[in-house]
Amino acid sequence: MSETYLMATAGGLLIGLSSVLLLLGNGRIAGISNILWGAVSVHRPLAWRWLFLAGLLAGGALAHTVFAVPLPEASRLGTPMALLGGLVVGLGTRLGNGCTSGHGVCGLGLLSLRSLLATLCFMASGVITVYVLRHILGIGL
Amino acid sequence: MNALLGLIGGLIFGFGLALSGMTDTNKVLGFLDITGAWQPALIFVMGSAVAVTAVAFRFVLRREQPLFDADFHLPIKRAVDGRLLFGAAVFGIGWGIYGYCPGPALTALIYGQTDSFLFVAAMLAGMAISSRLTR
Repeated sequence: MSETYLMATAGGLLIGLSSVLLLLGNGRIAGISNILWGAVSVHRPLAWRWLFLAGLLAGGALAHTVFAVPLPEASRLGTPMALLGGLVVGLGTRLGNGCTSGHGVCGLGLLSLRSLLATLCFMASGVITVYVLRHILGIGL
Repeated sequence: MNALLGLIGGLIFGFGLALSGMTDTNKVLGFLDITGAWQPALIFVMGSAVAVTAVAFRFVLRREQPLFDADFHLPIKRAVDGRLLFGAAVFGIGWGIYGYCPGPALTALIYGQTDSFLFVAAMLAGMAISSRLTR
């Protein structure tokens, strides 16, 4: 149990460190939904975006292989829920200009009121969604 | 240097996501399930990340410019509007449906689960639809 907390804290520190490096070096906000959308939609995307995304996968692989972080158990929710969840996440992050990293980690770091309210909104709707799905509709437990 | 820093930043971020437990949909949904068997550990991910950015961003932004670019590229919008709050609420619904937000969804592709690839494809489709609608 305490190991879970330690890993969560250490992982969070690294996420914070990465966000600081990106702002210090490139002057950029480490908001994943915006980096991803910039990489696929901008007419001439900048190389750092694609390299950041490649690093996101490679860094995860490094954690699990070299540092032996245990692999997570696969989701049992099934394909329809994956498609629905992905679609809704995509719609919402573009509409709200950010996700957990952009509004949560970076926006709160910038003491942005927009990001604070956005973070409260997605936290609350995430909690309500899980409550409705698990405890009212009985899905996913 | 700009591109190299992108890679290094991504590596550290992805490592942090995998280490923290954010790429585990069961943990994420357990974290959001505050009335069930609540797993509060993931609050420490955002807590410690924000502790770092809230302190370090102040020092970084005292500089005239970043190390490898002419200017800081900061969000220009200041006003809180309905679109922001509605969009964030919609994002939270999607997060609660499957347990992935965008970063962990990408990092989790390394686990090779077909459903993760479908999640990311649907997410890109959602982003494209949203951009089309709001243009």
